[in-house]
Amino acid sequence: MLSNFDFSVILTSLPYLFGQGMVFTVSLTAMAAAGGVVFGTLLAMARLSGIPGLWHVAKGYVELCRSLPLVLVIFWFYFLVPYIGAYLTGSSTPIQVGAFPSALITFIAFEAAYFAEIMRAGIQSIPKGQTAAAQALGMNYWQTMGNVVLPQAFRNMLPLLLTQTIVLFQDTSLVYVLSLTDFMGAASKVAQRDGRLVEMYIFAALVYFAVCFTASFLVRRLQRRVAIIR
Amino acid sequence: MTQFELARRGVAAALGLTLALAPLSGHAQDLTGTLKKVKDSGAITIGYRDASVPFSYLGADQKPIGYALDICYKIADAVKAELKLDKMEVKLNPVTSATRIPLIANGTIDLECGSTTNNAEREKQVAFTNSHFLTATRFVSKKSANLHTIEDLKGKTVVSTSGTTNIKQINEANTERKLGLTILPAKDHAEAFLMVETGRAAAFVMDDVLLASLVASSKDPGAYEISKEALSKPEPYGIMLRKDDPAFKKVADAATAKLYTSPAGPALYDKWFTQAIPPRGINLNLPMSEEMKKQFANPIASPDPAAY
Amino acid sequence: MNYNWNWGIFFDASPEGNGTYADMLLSGLMWTIVTALCAWVIAFCLGSVIGVLRTLPSKTANAIGTAYVELFRNIPLLVQMFLWYFVLPELLPQRLGDAVKQMPDAPFYTAVVCLGFFTASRVAEQVRAGIQALPRGQRMAGTAMGFTVAQTYRYVLLPNAYRIILPPLTSEFLNNLKNTSVALTIGLLELTARARSMQEFSFQVFEAFTAATILYVIINLCVVTAATFLEKAVAIPGQR
Repeated sequence: MLSNFDFSVILTSLPYLFGQGMVFTVSLTAMAAAGGVVFGTLLAMARLSGIPGLWHVAKGYVELCRSLPLVLVIFWFYFLVPYIGAYLTGSSTPIQVGAFPSALITFIAFEAAYFAEIMRAGIQSIPKGQTAAAQALGMNYWQTMGNVVLPQAFRNMLPLLLTQTIVLFQDTSLVYVLSLTDFMGAASKVAQRDGRLVEMYIFAALVYFAVCFTASFLVRRLQRRVAIIR
Repeated sequence: MTQFELARRGVAAALGLTLALAPLSGHAQDLTGTLKKVKDSGAITIGYRDASVPFSYLGADQKPIGYALDICYKIADAVKAELKLDKMEVKLNPVTSATRIPLIANGTIDLECGSTTNNAEREKQVAFTNSHFLTATRFVSKKSANLHTIEDLKGKTVVSTSGTTNIKQINEANTERKLGLTILPAKDHAEAFLMVETGRAAAFVMDDVLLASLVASSKDPGAYEISKEALSKPEPYGIMLRKDDPAFKKVADAATAKLYTSPAGPALYDKWFTQAIPPRGINLNLPMSEEMKKQFANPIASPDPAAY
Repeated sequence: MNYNWNWGIFFDASPEGNGTYADMLLSGLMWTIVTALCAWVIAFCLGSVIGVLRTLPSKTANAIGTAYVELFRNIPLLVQMFLWYFVLPELLPQRLGDAVKQMPDAPFYTAVVCLGFFTASRVAEQVRAGIQALPRGQRMAGTAMGFTVAQTYRYVLLPNAYRIILPPLTSEFLNNLKNTSVALTIGLLELTARARSMQEFSFQVFEAFTAATILYVIINLCVVTAATFLEKAVAIPGQR
């Protein structure tokens, strides 16, 4: 079976796979990760704030997101966002939200829950004495967080944050439920039309491996540079 | 409602009033449903499938093409003529088997052009225009396995695509005829066929036309055979529309009936089923069946296979 | 919205002949849970070993651990599932390959092994991060006490590390649970696959997906609640 591989199908679809598919995947990953880290850090701070109401909401949000499979979340957002939009703007017909904005909103909202858990562990890994010291120096909450806790939490959790981003890069392939054309979507569309699944999937495996391996190699080098020696 | 919209509605109302006063505008006032939506937005949206060869799939430049899509363009032309629009945009939106119903329901697409089987259960949810194809359930197997009839499958492992009418039929046949089959569900047609190709399953039970396109595009088309015996009567494929929209359905039915009964109908059929099709130049070699000839001579939209 | 709601659909007979649509979804839920638990056993054991390997002083151990993690976490699960199911049997000797293909419940075993190996790479990363987050002094203290390397890990490092990584580890377990849905690509009849086939038979999309969503939320809430109790039960008094 391996001897009669037909790789011509890959060659002819290369411009489609990379020009359209990979560009989509990379831009979605970058924007969703940036949005997710910011939103996730706020969620983690809210959850650890101890303010009644606020931390309950944050906890509930994180746990709801972690409960749902991403495929279902993408599905619901795609169909319901037009109605929510119509409700908010008072329009009588559902407003049209493009597939890309819809996917981006979904990924930011969803991944924030995961980034929040990582940041929570990061904030908790900073000894309590440091917070106490900062307060003794007269810093308020935002100064303590911004100058003392968060920089160290980010450093400690950088490998995990970046690993999660690599996971996100792979997760974007789930937008196939909306038949959007990300890299995996492009590959499987061509594979199914031409009946060349094995070749296409092996090729996709190699491409994902190359990209993610390079990324995680860089993560490790970065990690060595930022590591705090204890 | 925003101010802009209020203003726009005011203008529209004023226009409507002027038109109502004009003698020829009687029926434009009565527009409802999809026709009204198309008239208001100046656009009609067609849903297409990625890989339903040759009904609706991505061609060489990754633009959707296909037999069902050509029919949809005819319906779009008829809508444009009906509404007397000078310009109407035809938008395309990809759909999957999971998104086609919600997208029809929430108004993202107006027509779904693919290989959707028309049956009574689905008619509770959507409407179908005149059937554009008839296909029976058969199975494909490797020639070397020597499987010709359904009896030959006894005790074997067979595969079908999950959620299709076909997997339902093979399940029923399995119980009724005590075949002792192991029935595997596959995610899509391409993976189901791969299970036969790699020997995970002895046969793949599916609509014969889809089997023909899978075999034709496989690496060694000569190695497979499609059974003569069928598990079902030929079942109709139809183009999906929103339910309870008789005005739009009437336009679509009239347009498809006109196409099928004219010489252009059989010519369109030949273009996709008996000639080489893009992107790889495969030829399905499926001349029109007797049932299809009857359907094109006298088009109907019934979900009942016995009616054809 | 032009949609024909029919919540009674769950009590209609499913076309597969045995029971109603509700039975169909519940059997899917059962497969989801069984697959997730079996895969987690592999993932947790293998992941801990690999994670420890990556923190050992030995260069070889490091290299093995790193190679494993890099290989398994850098290919999307969807693709791995496909490779395990369709490509691996072709690479084995003919007779063994045929035996693997004819195995009953092949999709289940393939899904468990694939998911277990995949999640192990994630667990390994968490274990390693947990061990490295501990102050260096702890390892030194272990050595100073005369512990062997194995004893240092068993009695000093791992008990602390597992406590630190409990929240992200819970995330990994939930991921593992939800990732079982990817096994629908190789024909495992788990919850998402069942919801999909239900909507294709009946065309009641929203009902089918609502039911699946609710079932996922319920089992996940159970897991999260259990994890919160576990977190409290194992917390060291005085530490926060």
